[in-house]
Amino acid sequence: MSEFISTTIPKFTSVFSSIGLFFLVLAVLFAIAGRANGKKARPIALVIFLAPALILLFAGLIIPAIRTLLFSFMNPDSNGWVGFDNYYWMTQDPNIRTIMVNTILWILVVPIFTAALGLLLAIMLDRIKHESIPKSLLFMPMAISFVGASIIFKFVYEYNEPDEVQIGLLSTIVKFLGATPSDWMLSKPLNTFLLMIIYVWTQMGFGMVILSAAIKAVPSDIVEASSLDGASGWRLFRNITFPMIKGTFIVVLATGVVGALKVFDIVRTMTGGNFSTNVLANEMYSQVFVQFDTGKGSALAIVLFLLVTPILVFNIQSLRKERAHS
Amino acid sequence: MSNLKIANHNPGRKLFSSKIATVVVWVTTVIWTIPTLGLLVTSFKGDKDIVNEPWWVSLFNPKFTLSSYKGVLFGGDSESLSTGILPYFINSIAITLPATIFPIVIATMAAYALAWIRFRGSDFIFFFIFALQIVPLQMSLIPLLLLFTGGAHIGSVTVFPALGIAGDFAGIWLPHTMFALPLAIYLLHNFIASLPRDLMEAAHVDGANHFKVFRMIVLPLSIPGIAAIAIFQFLWVWNDLLVALTFASGTEEVAPINSKLASLVGQYGSGYTQLSAGAFITIAVPLIVFFSLQRYFVRGLLAGSVK
Repeated sequence: MSEFISTTIPKFTSVFSSIGLFFLVLAVLFAIAGRANGKKARPIALVIFLAPALILLFAGLIIPAIRTLLFSFMNPDSNGWVGFDNYYWMTQDPNIRTIMVNTILWILVVPIFTAALGLLLAIMLDRIKHESIPKSLLFMPMAISFVGASIIFKFVYEYNEPDEVQIGLLSTIVKFLGATPSDWMLSKPLNTFLLMIIYVWTQMGFGMVILSAAIKAVPSDIVEASSLDGASGWRLFRNITFPMIKGTFIVVLATGVVGALKVFDIVRTMTGGNFSTNVLANEMYSQVFVQFDTGKGSALAIVLFLLVTPILVFNIQSLRKERAHS
Repeated sequence: MSNLKIANHNPGRKLFSSKIATVVVWVTTVIWTIPTLGLLVTSFKGDKDIVNEPWWVSLFNPKFTLSSYKGVLFGGDSESLSTGILPYFINSIAITLPATIFPIVIATMAAYALAWIRFRGSDFIFFFIFALQIVPLQMSLIPLLLLFTGGAHIGSVTVFPALGIAGDFAGIWLPHTMFALPLAIYLLHNFIASLPRDLMEAAHVDGANHFKVFRMIVLPLSIPGIAAIAIFQFLWVWNDLLVALTFASGTEEVAPINSKLASLVGQYGSGYTQLSAGAFITIAVPLIVFFSLQRYFVRGLLAGSVK
């Protein structure tokens, strides 16, 4: 215990002195630069307000991204050019083929399930009393890290030998239904889908909450007018409500695609990418930090970037449009 | 308001009857909550029961104990966790606080400059920062790590010395700060740019400079926006695995609890009890934030969803 205290105090000292120093530097800068007046005052203020962010963005994002692009054309140690070898390797390596198949599965299944389930629940939440309790419980998993969610589901997917007591919920249900449970994380291709469930479990609440807000924003006089015209139930939803929330629905889908492309924590925690469950982001990490091949890792990062970019551009644009309207 | 009432009473609007809706929503809610409940119950079971008795059986046969928590917090016989998980929990706090405060302050300042200190090119810079949101984390990990460990060189000329902060708290604060900026600046800019122009102009007429306006007007009025984004950033850092794995070595000096937990997965037996208690300790912090600051939390998460 005393050892714990003696290691903890320096940690907090370093944290609070860093935060203190940070604000002290800002206060001093503000005080000194605040005295400047006349023509120089504006440019000085501009530099002090903007320069820290720009320097960090250049050092942390722009230059590294360019270097990653260069590394992707270099050998494992980044000291010789290899042309497109790292990209050619991707087309030849059978593991990468598995990864690509899995990635396609992830971007097909995950967004559809998160968005569709989110929409269904959003519609139903609109219909019930006391919606806030189920809403916050359904949204709650979004607060949990993917590592935490993976551990939660590790207990759900737990498997014991058939003659032993099953302590995993999934195995128990399967046994109850009369089938034989198996070691779920080893059963391909089911294991990939079980990993997807973890993702859907954490992210569904996001779609539900924004779709719920979108449904509530549909003007009730439009709904009323069309129901007076005889539209009801499914037809009313298909012809009136859904067209008005379509934009939001597509944003939820696109967010799901980006999330599915970047998925890393779940796969790494649950299977480490083994048993044919590997995905792009995990392979990128393994190439760099396990195989120490900066070239292949960088090439994989570039592929990830190229896949994510069009969807993110679309998503950011539609979000901006939506904000402009509201 | 009366319109709304009429619409709600009008059966035509209903795609599902409210009875079916109530049943479906509550059944889904129960299904959605069961996995977390399972972890919570499991974490209060003793070493022996954890592998021999399903948690829903234990629920009706309660012999709950805090032994898992004692073991995981203060360590014990397990080699993988001899010192307990408490140091990693402290590390998470030590990482998360600065990695939330630094980017939010820097982003607020930049957002103010781009919104209210107009200059030629400010629109371009804003758009550029906005566009940087598309760069995934994976694009900068390797070069940034190389920068921290080896500095930057052009040929044999050292442009930038090795920072020597790899494996240090600062070596995790810095990447988190950098990666948070594009989204935070964009969102705060939206917020700050919509503050009333008259207020700013009146302050300048009264002789206040930009620093004073920033402190006395912009900061106080931006608190709701800043709070939502700060909560999002706090959660993002607390729940992060990739940055922690890359920039923090797995040691008890710096590694956060989330990455330690990830490394504990896959150890069976006594490791299993520790896993359940450790996981619950890790997710307790975000859950407390979630339930106590729900409104800001939802707003922040929705805004940050593009990250």
